[in-house]
Amino acid sequence: MLETLLPILIFTALALAAIGAVRRIRLWRQGRPSRVNLFKGLVALPRRYLVDLHHVVGRDKMISNTHVATAGGFVAAAVLMILVHGLGIANPLLGGLLLLASASMFVGSLFVARRRLNPPARLSKGPWMRLPKSLMAFSIGVFLITLPTVGLLPEGLLEGGSSWLLALVLAGVVAWGLGEMFFGMTWGGPMKHAFAGALHLAFHRRAERFSTKKGGAGRSTGLKALNLEDEAAPLGVEKPADFTWNQLLGFDACVQCGRCEAVCPAFAAGQPLNPKKLIQDMVVGMAGGSDAGYAGSPYPGKPVGEHAGTPHGPIVALEGKALVDADTLWSCTTCRACVEECPMMIEHVDAIVDMRRYLTLERGKTPNKGAEVLDNLIATDNPGGFDPGSRLNWAADLNLPLMADLKQVDVLLWLGDGAFDMRNQRTLRALVKVLRAAEVDFAVLGTEERDSGDVARRLGDEATFQSLAKRNIATLSQYQFLQIVTCDPHSFHVLGNEYGELGGPDFNANYKVRHHSTFIAELFEAGRLTFAPWKGGSVTYHDPCYLGRYNGEYEAPRNVLKALGIEVKEMERSGYRSRCCGGGGGAPITDIPGERRIPDMRMNDVKETGAELVAVGCPQCTAMLEGVVDASAEVRDIAELVADALVGRSADDVSGASRRTTASTTAEEVIV
Amino acid sequence: MQPDLHQKQQQQGIDVAVLVSIGRHPTTGRARRAEQDARGLELALAIEAELPGTRISMLHAGSQDDSSEAALRGYLGMATGVGMGLESMTLLEQPEGSDAIPALAKHLAATSPQLVITGARAERGEGSGLLPYALAEHLGWPLVNSLASVEKVENGVVTLLQALPRGQRRRLKVRLPAIISVDEAAPVARQSAFGPARRATFAITPTTPEADCELAQWHLAPARKRPKRLKIVKAASARDRFKAAASKSEGKGGQVLTDVSPEQGAEAIYKLLKEEDVLR
Repeated sequence: MLETLLPILIFTALALAAIGAVRRIRLWRQGRPSRVNLFKGLVALPRRYLVDLHHVVGRDKMISNTHVATAGGFVAAAVLMILVHGLGIANPLLGGLLLLASASMFVGSLFVARRRLNPPARLSKGPWMRLPKSLMAFSIGVFLITLPTVGLLPEGLLEGGSSWLLALVLAGVVAWGLGEMFFGMTWGGPMKHAFAGALHLAFHRRAERFSTKKGGAGRSTGLKALNLEDEAAPLGVEKPADFTWNQLLGFDACVQCGRCEAVCPAFAAGQPLNPKKLIQDMVVGMAGGSDAGYAGSPYPGKPVGEHAGTPHGPIVALEGKALVDADTLWSCTTCRACVEECPMMIEHVDAIVDMRRYLTLERGKTPNKGAEVLDNLIATDNPGGFDPGSRLNWAADLNLPLMADLKQVDVLLWLGDGAFDMRNQRTLRALVKVLRAAEVDFAVLGTEERDSGDVARRLGDEATFQSLAKRNIATLSQYQFLQIVTCDPHSFHVLGNEYGELGGPDFNANYKVRHHSTFIAELFEAGRLTFAPWKGGSVTYHDPCYLGRYNGEYEAPRNVLKALGIEVKEMERSGYRSRCCGGGGGAPITDIPGERRIPDMRMNDVKETGAELVAVGCPQCTAMLEGVVDASAEVRDIAELVADALVGRSADDVSGASRRTTASTTAEEVIV
Repeated sequence: MQPDLHQKQQQQGIDVAVLVSIGRHPTTGRARRAEQDARGLELALAIEAELPGTRISMLHAGSQDDSSEAALRGYLGMATGVGMGLESMTLLEQPEGSDAIPALAKHLAATSPQLVITGARAERGEGSGLLPYALAEHLGWPLVNSLASVEKVENGVVTLLQALPRGQRRRLKVRLPAIISVDEAAPVARQSAFGPARRATFAITPTTPEADCELAQWHLAPARKRPKRLKIVKAASARDRFKAAASKSEGKGGQVLTDVSPEQGAEAIYKLLKEEDVLR
């Protein structure tokens, strides 16, 4: 009896799955077009899955092994089952393999079940709680129906008059498993992540973030530019259907593992953001409906079930509630911790900035100080509204060489907007001292420099960003330099990763940009700097998001500290898991209230190491961490630590009259 | 019947004309939407929100070029809803150095809005702050300066809240049509959005320009920074220091006239002007 029932069950499930797949694909195709090489993507899929994805999943060995056993077992079992039971190829070899595959899947599902016994808060419950049972149903069912095929059970066992009840029960178990695994995969069950996830990996919007056989860096963090030339092109994302189709596909790939939630600084601070919920809300919007079915942690302070949306309805309502509230979008610090942790390679930050762009460019609704900062950027080229002519006032006594005079140098020192901030001016002065001690041929743009556009872009004001960027690019194109060095990771990221797209045929905007820690590490290795031994207390290092996760620079700052004779007491969350200081993405400007402050939490991390000093490499981090009341540790920039430790040649006067400057002046006089 | 009619009038709203000029950023001198004029438009948008059916038209008299257009689009970007009639601005085109007042007066007399809102003082050009008064004189309409808010519009009478020094407010009832001017007491202008600003259009109306002869005769020079007198606070307590920082110097003398006839009021003003040697 099973021989007739099984093919019917299997092919019905497959047919239903196919119908579901078509429906799902139509949901994704509501999105805007996006140019992706479909064939190349599919070819790259195995590598992206086995290497890049498992690199992320493998950070949790337990889950990674569980997934290998379960998913590997399932894929093999599904294919073999179609052959053996669907098409009736009762080959004992195939049957044996099928037994092996379903057994492996069963072992995996036991571990899945164990994790679901007492699941951590970040995991979604609801339908996900039944998944281990469904996995077991599938694996046990397939295992049992295959036993007769390989002759381990007499063929007749399920044929006898009394045993047709047993056969019916077995068929029921198999039907349950098929329902979850085949039908549920394309009709929105938990297994949807496998179907959408595979296609998402293949058609990812950032193909360049995956490694290649040649060993590509696998990093793609710059935001994609809006087309402002075309007046018909929409400005940002108003409704779910405004995302590109592969972004929608990416949202659908979410497994609701909540790793993003666990690392999100805004969520931890009790601000109304949970990256997982945001992605699920986008899925709700794409399909239409309310978020009542969501079974994970809500946005802090916002109960589930009050928001609803449709593919062509607004995401953020003009008044009242729609899919998501605006303060959710403005809570993000763009620290990329969620993107770094996401095993499905979903791009949360891209989506958030896309929606912010609409709010700023179309609605003019940048909260709190946002409008003022943007107005300042437009009128004065810096967010503080300072006189652009005073950008170099802090260096009045340093006699800094200007690009306008020299035209050609080795290093262009990019000051950033920290030039207007008294705290950061100390860092800049220290950096100048270090550069002079190492006799680096450098110059600054001085008053020709403008804000890099970082804040404007994260606040969604792409127009102001592009205006600033294009003028900066035009300025830079007048001069010759080998590299740009900056102590501001935000400028570093924007100049290095986001200007390239805006360069024209007349000028190339792909610069070689280095963070000052990288540059100092190189100077030290080249023997151009000598340091006195470290006499201070214990030190920890805080990785700035825009240096670490955005640009992959984790080593150089630590090498510099090592060169200074400092042994870094690492915080629990450091390196790629570093916790944000709360200063990125315009978050201090939009200032969405929470229960705690993000920098306070970070200073607690510092306190736990017992360090007396926290070394940083970013003006934002310095400002945020120094703003913590009753901090247990002092905050110093790496440049300051280095400048203090300089010995030898560097002991010379560094405030202007170094040998190099004198030499170049003499040369000039000779020419005249 | 009566309430229905009332409702209908409420629904009809009024015609508001907002006069906008090209501003100048105090630090960099870049063209922008003028601070006070933007507050004027904000006030108009607030009226629109209160009184559905209100039609707002924006009016600028001046030349048209790229930098001025960018500044004017700053106003147009403030209207982010659809159907406010703010997708376009009327531009009375006239060359640089022309007198804006005759052109504006002529246009306003022809289109006859019920309420004209303008900033108190322009950020470039003469910036004398006389334009609202000159327009009121031309049109023969009442003028209320330094407006804080428009409370309600009913049966052709508008109830206004005027800002006086030290946070005081005065409620006024003014028969329409009227001109109101706003300064820093009015609510801050909302953010200007790029999208609506870019899509908006200009309805260019040619005018017969009248050269501003008086201005042409003037000698213009950049303002010199004048030294500031140091304020020495001899305060013993924090309360005194706060008072010294927060309060403006009290005007000495003067009198408050209440419940007097216009003639008596005019007489008192005339007497004061004589005393102060303003009129001789």
